[in-house]
Amino acid sequence: MVQLPAYAALAVPILLGATALVLLTYDALSSRATGRNELLGMSGAGILASIVVGVWFLATGVGDPDGRGVFRLFEAQVIVDQLSLFFGVLVASVTFLILLASYDYVAEHTYQSEFYALVLLAASGMALMASANSLAMVAISLELASLPSYVLVAFLKRNRGSVEAGMKYFLIGALSTAILIYGVSLVYAVTGSLLLEDVAGAIAGGVGDANVGILGLGILMILGGFLYKTASVPFHFWAPEAYEGAPAPISAFLSSASKAAGFALAIRVLTVAFPVETVVDPGLVDWVLVAQIVAVVTMTVGNFAAATQDEVKRMLAYSSIGHAGYVFIGIAALTAGGNNNLLIGASLLHLFVYGFMNTGAFLFVSLTEYWNVGRTFEDFNGLATRAPVASVAMTIFLFSLAGLPVGGGFLTKYVLFAGAVSAGFWWLAAVGAINSALSLFYYSRVVKAMWIEDAEEGFEVRSQPLGIYAAIVVAAVATVALLPAFGMLSGVAFDAAAAVLP
Amino acid sequence: MIIEALLALTLIGSFVVFLAPDEYAGRLAFLASLVPLAGSGWMYSQFDGAGNALLGGSLAFEEDVAWAVLEPYSIHWHVGVDGISLPLIVLTTVLTTLAIVSAWTPIDERQSQFYGLVLFMETALLGVFTALDFIVWFVFWEAVLVPMYFLIGVWGGPRRKYAAIKFFVYTNVASLVMFIGFVALVFGLGDAVSSFDLPAIAQALAVDGAEPDAYAGVVGPETLKLLSFLAMFVGFAVKVPAVPVHTWLPDAHVEAPTPASVLLAGVLLKMGTYALLRFNFTMLPDVAVDLAVPIAIVAVLSVIYGAFLALAQQDLKRIVAYSSISSMGYVILGLVAFTTYGMGGATFQMVSHGLISGLMFMVVGVIYNETHTRMVGDMSGVADRMPVTAGVFVAGAFGYMGLPLMSGFAAEFFVFVGSFGSETLPAAKLFTALAMFGIVVVAGYLLFAMQRTLFGPYDLETDYEIGRAPMQDVLPLFALLALIVVLGVAPEAFFGMIRDSIQPLFDSTTLALGGGA
Repeated sequence: MVQLPAYAALAVPILLGATALVLLTYDALSSRATGRNELLGMSGAGILASIVVGVWFLATGVGDPDGRGVFRLFEAQVIVDQLSLFFGVLVASVTFLILLASYDYVAEHTYQSEFYALVLLAASGMALMASANSLAMVAISLELASLPSYVLVAFLKRNRGSVEAGMKYFLIGALSTAILIYGVSLVYAVTGSLLLEDVAGAIAGGVGDANVGILGLGILMILGGFLYKTASVPFHFWAPEAYEGAPAPISAFLSSASKAAGFALAIRVLTVAFPVETVVDPGLVDWVLVAQIVAVVTMTVGNFAAATQDEVKRMLAYSSIGHAGYVFIGIAALTAGGNNNLLIGASLLHLFVYGFMNTGAFLFVSLTEYWNVGRTFEDFNGLATRAPVASVAMTIFLFSLAGLPVGGGFLTKYVLFAGAVSAGFWWLAAVGAINSALSLFYYSRVVKAMWIEDAEEGFEVRSQPLGIYAAIVVAAVATVALLPAFGMLSGVAFDAAAAVLP
Repeated sequence: MIIEALLALTLIGSFVVFLAPDEYAGRLAFLASLVPLAGSGWMYSQFDGAGNALLGGSLAFEEDVAWAVLEPYSIHWHVGVDGISLPLIVLTTVLTTLAIVSAWTPIDERQSQFYGLVLFMETALLGVFTALDFIVWFVFWEAVLVPMYFLIGVWGGPRRKYAAIKFFVYTNVASLVMFIGFVALVFGLGDAVSSFDLPAIAQALAVDGAEPDAYAGVVGPETLKLLSFLAMFVGFAVKVPAVPVHTWLPDAHVEAPTPASVLLAGVLLKMGTYALLRFNFTMLPDVAVDLAVPIAIVAVLSVIYGAFLALAQQDLKRIVAYSSISSMGYVILGLVAFTTYGMGGATFQMVSHGLISGLMFMVVGVIYNETHTRMVGDMSGVADRMPVTAGVFVAGAFGYMGLPLMSGFAAEFFVFVGSFGSETLPAAKLFTALAMFGIVVVAGYLLFAMQRTLFGPYDLETDYEIGRAPMQDVLPLFALLALIVVLGVAPEAFFGMIRDSIQPLFDSTTLALGGGA
């Protein structure tokens, strides 16, 4: 057996990035326009390889301190542990679904190979975000994920909504990145290091009373950068516009994979560099309190705004903000010496299941865009009689998002609530519960439109795009299967959570 | 394995029926529902459990497999049956099969979806009554909502959309409240429990007398138990439903198609009282005794207020729906009495009311199939054209009123005997007397409704001739009526095992009860 070089541990982001480069090279060299079959074949092979490698690594104990050990590469700038592999598999899986759906969605567009390559590059950046072990890597991987995303949101360049969304996303993104980098510089000024572990060590060693304020400001600004990436209040304003204007597969990509990667960063940086024990408890900076406020406000704003929307895609955009709030419960209820493994594990679990159910819901919207069904709830009336398979899948996604036991989203949400209760934050769980009940109301509006309302005349299902259908069915099967397979997934998630906890 | 096999076969049946063509979906669903029916009959004949499932009794058909780990708690696929759950399982399978047959006439669109959902709901209901791990139980508990939402929303009456969403959100909020209350209690127990296994939690609380730690540094052990009890009580009371959280029920019932009403009243409401018995009264008996008076007030209020609401209705279906609230009040009264007859009678009343209210909804449905009206004022003398159906109506109504030799009599008799002799409930005799007054009102509205609709000279404005109901409509009525009489004549068929499972509540718990201990 050949001993793989150490950097092979980074195979997931490397494979994703390399596939993008191969696509671009092939497109440049090939004499005629590259066909979509070749594009999907090449990118699909690359993504599947990265998923297989990621799962294989997880199964064989790469990144497990008791297995093959945690890999720290490039002077420990990059780390490969169970957490990064967990998010790597998640991002790659979502990307696979997105590209499958894009096969039909961008079939009519020029610049197809660029579309595929940009998605892959962004995915590579997201996978790298989960491996970032220094504040410099945080900024770099964040940019690698963000820059292609700006272009992708504005990909429909003749569509005013898409271009406007891209512009808005870019401006707020640039501002947020600037805030994040300024925060990084402040933390560096106080602690003298960019490596997360060294930052924690410097803080534990004492930073001096005069510097506490600077450190606090730095931490809050870094947190602001994460809030932007996870589309949490108050840095959420870009999200509804971007998700609504972007091509629907890209909305799915941003609201699932990009959000998960943002949480990967937030979880690692907050727990490793600024642990509760040495930062919050001695009273330096109470970022847990900030996270609590963010969780409550994000859940509430996201869900209440979603309840008042008239358009399905916009409702899903706001519900995606609400789900960021649920995931934040896991961070907001951290305590020194508490059962933090349950909390972080619950957040990871929810992000994983969310990756499939939310992607599936947005892909259903992309199916309706493909058919020109219309955007409002009323336009969805009677869809179930015309597209029963896709409607069953959409019902599974929506009910799972709402927290009914047709899919894994049911258990993960309740594990989050249970974790908050166990940490003594029953009121966080209560706010989550109120929001969850409200979400049932607006998710079921779509279900009602599809199944209960009578269809209006107007459109016909012209064809059944194979790629989108395949992606939706795969996402639905995964969402349902994650309920019985919860035991298996939870084991992996809790191992991953243990990687960033002392 | 029999429980897993039943759940799996019922679920597979629901998928097969869902995909089947409409022409024979109803017949196919009937055949598919015979599998769990036969299975539950076999379970009844082979039942060898003893004692209470939560209090260390020996379970029948038990299965316990590790499923998932939530550090530091483990979740198990733990199912099993005792003398309390088995009668409810039989009730579920019997009513589902009969509800499917009763749907053949009224349901004429999207049939395969309808029957598929009914079978899916049966799977979830069987899961609720067999699961013994909280998380597994909660999965099934919430899963029941999904098919019911569609059954009301798609096949319901004119205001079906409103009724469906009201049912959906109302009961979901209740579940969330209950969930938070229960997990707070479990986490408060700390090291005393290491899983969400209901028997383990119940024994830690009720047998070993484990006191939860102070929660979150502010709430003391006693307060935590009280708050958890209240959260769970409210959560389950919505399902029961008890006054004043009953308002979703009339809407849901009136709009639901008849077969869904049968299952809603017959089985879904029993989930609430079953959970009250399993959680509140088994795990926290001392709190239940402390709160006996307010709970008894809720019970009596449900009995009296529900009955008077029924008295005020003009719609036959609404009358039956409100009378369910009244009947479920008896169940709560029996539970809070904390005597063998009270709690055993309450469990027996769950089964009995499931059969009788199922019968009443079916009869009203059969009449509606022919007359297309349910309004008391619209018709009279229906017995003239539909003598058999009217006969069953009268028999079912007398069952409701508690005619001896019918199961309603046995159930109410047990409950009243038990609550009259309660030693933990202050002023038990007064509460019992007040609740008994409810029967008078029941007799009042049922006799009044029958007199106006069934008897007297025939009068109904229709442009077609009202004929007798078809055989497939009438046969389920007789099947149910037969069961009601059998249980009335020989209540021991169920009451023996119920009593055996109720008794440990007094023998093995820390609660020092004068009557039982």
